[in-house]
Amino acid sequence: MTLQLAPPRQGPPSQAPPPGRWGRFDLKGVPYLLVSPYYVLFAIFGVFPLAYTLWLSLHDWELAGDKTFTGLDNYVKLVTDASFWNAVINTLGMFALATVPQLVLALMLANALNKRLKGRLLLRLGVLLPLVTSVVAVAVIFSQLYSRDYGLFNWILSWFGVEPIVWQNEKWSSWLAISTMVDWRWTGYNAIILLAAMQTIPRDLYEAAALDGASARRQFWQITVPMLRPTLVFVVFISTIGGMTLFAEPVMFEGNPMMTGGTTGQYQTVAMFIVKEAFRDFDMGYAAAAAWLLFVLILVGTMINYGFTRRIRGAR
Amino acid sequence: MRNKPWDATLLTKITLVFALIMSAFPIYYMFIMATRTNEDAVETPPPLLPGGHLGENVERLLATEDANFVTGLVNSAIVATTVTVSVVLISTLAGFAFAKLRFPGSKLLLGLILVTMMVPLQQMGVVPLYELMVTLGWTGRLQSVILPFLVNGFGVFMMTQYTSQAVPDELVEAARVDGATTMGIYRRIVVPALRPGMAVLALLVFMQTWNEFMWPLIVLTPDNPVVQTSIAALNSAHGTDYVMLFTGTAASVLPLFVVFVLFGRQIVGGLMEGAVKA
Repeated sequence: MTLQLAPPRQGPPSQAPPPGRWGRFDLKGVPYLLVSPYYVLFAIFGVFPLAYTLWLSLHDWELAGDKTFTGLDNYVKLVTDASFWNAVINTLGMFALATVPQLVLALMLANALNKRLKGRLLLRLGVLLPLVTSVVAVAVIFSQLYSRDYGLFNWILSWFGVEPIVWQNEKWSSWLAISTMVDWRWTGYNAIILLAAMQTIPRDLYEAAALDGASARRQFWQITVPMLRPTLVFVVFISTIGGMTLFAEPVMFEGNPMMTGGTTGQYQTVAMFIVKEAFRDFDMGYAAAAAWLLFVLILVGTMINYGFTRRIRGAR
Repeated sequence: MRNKPWDATLLTKITLVFALIMSAFPIYYMFIMATRTNEDAVETPPPLLPGGHLGENVERLLATEDANFVTGLVNSAIVATTVTVSVVLISTLAGFAFAKLRFPGSKLLLGLILVTMMVPLQQMGVVPLYELMVTLGWTGRLQSVILPFLVNGFGVFMMTQYTSQAVPDELVEAARVDGATTMGIYRRIVVPALRPGMAVLALLVFMQTWNEFMWPLIVLTPDNPVVQTSIAALNSAHGTDYVMLFTGTAASVLPLFVVFVLFGRQIVGGLMEGAVKA
């Protein structure tokens, strides 16, 4: 890496630190000035909304009306609200349906990309291509591919004598359709991250294993996967947050942004539930409570996944 | 230490070619549909070669009143550029301080940023943020979609990592002995050394901001949209007008593709480097 240095100074070098009040401030004060823009802006647009959401969640408040303190009423109402639990189940279901195949595919893809190949850069760019399209674009394209009468997927299914499926109509089919949108966009990205980690695994581990007569498959499961554990934790962590906050794909799949996720809420997610409560039904306190429960959901999801990835060892 | 990869088998090659086709096909399909008519769109099998109707589709898209597509494109460009400049500037300043300056509390402050990266602020803070924008009278205006994104914990974290690698401590010390001020060191030593990292961060933030959907959908109005919400408006008003929807979608990803074609190598490199260090 080349560095452009300041031109040599004329005359004798001055002492360090520069003398006087300003010099002391430059050493002791300026570092805080450098980091402060982040904290100031984050306090206004991050911490304040979070704390205020918590406070709001304890109130009954409809936009432009009075806020009445109601304690935990919103939470009590939420945990007995079937439509909230429906949204939670949908979110968890689509998360599981999207993440598991995605990780398996990303691992396989990373392993393949790690081989000696011609045009490696081109292949890496190719698998990253979906990441460059927007989430909204993905949803538009796939919604058409999934359309009933002239969608590509139903056309392919018709070769096998399957009747056209109205993908939006049922839970299983809408979950599947939305999960494939998530997978298509993120598998390549995860593969690239895993590939980077794979390249740091020392080669002699494989050589020693090969000398002991371990097959390629065995090497993959007993060396590659355990050595990737920290990166797998990272990837699962990112996917958990992404999965729990799923929004654009189901909204665009619905077409009209009604936030109901289909006629019976078959694919309404928690993020959609929050937006619907707040900005369609104007039940702001209730939406705020749902937002905090979403956070709890993410924490629990992260912990479960962390526990799960911790168990990846060189187990036989 | 980098290990040498070993040769690929035929099966691996087939897997990769298949993955490439799967990645590229939906995008290819989108561009094809932007050049077709709605009659073509409902054919089975769907058309797989470009048609000659791109010009007329674009004209129709621009004439669609409830989408305000051009306004959306311009707004997205303004929002994404402003946010990118801010995030890169604020992140490099903070990253320099965390990586190269000694000050009490720096570990704790950096730790706080890492913790906040785990909170889905957008979904959780949406109600108060909206109320804040109403109070300030900023709903429907561009500042409402710019301000909440001006800082980014990931950016500070990435720049801290990058600075500690790219800027040698000795250089900073030597500049101090020479009497350089902290800001002088930032300008003359840190920024030049960070350029490649700044470019990668800028690209990632630009893409992310360009893709923002939920918050603009809530806070902006249809007459002053960003490009993603214009597409949503097209979708709900013209759900069956596929080619127009595809033309709009294609136009909305085109800027990202230009960036990707120009800087793809750096994006891949940056992602891979960031992943290993994380």
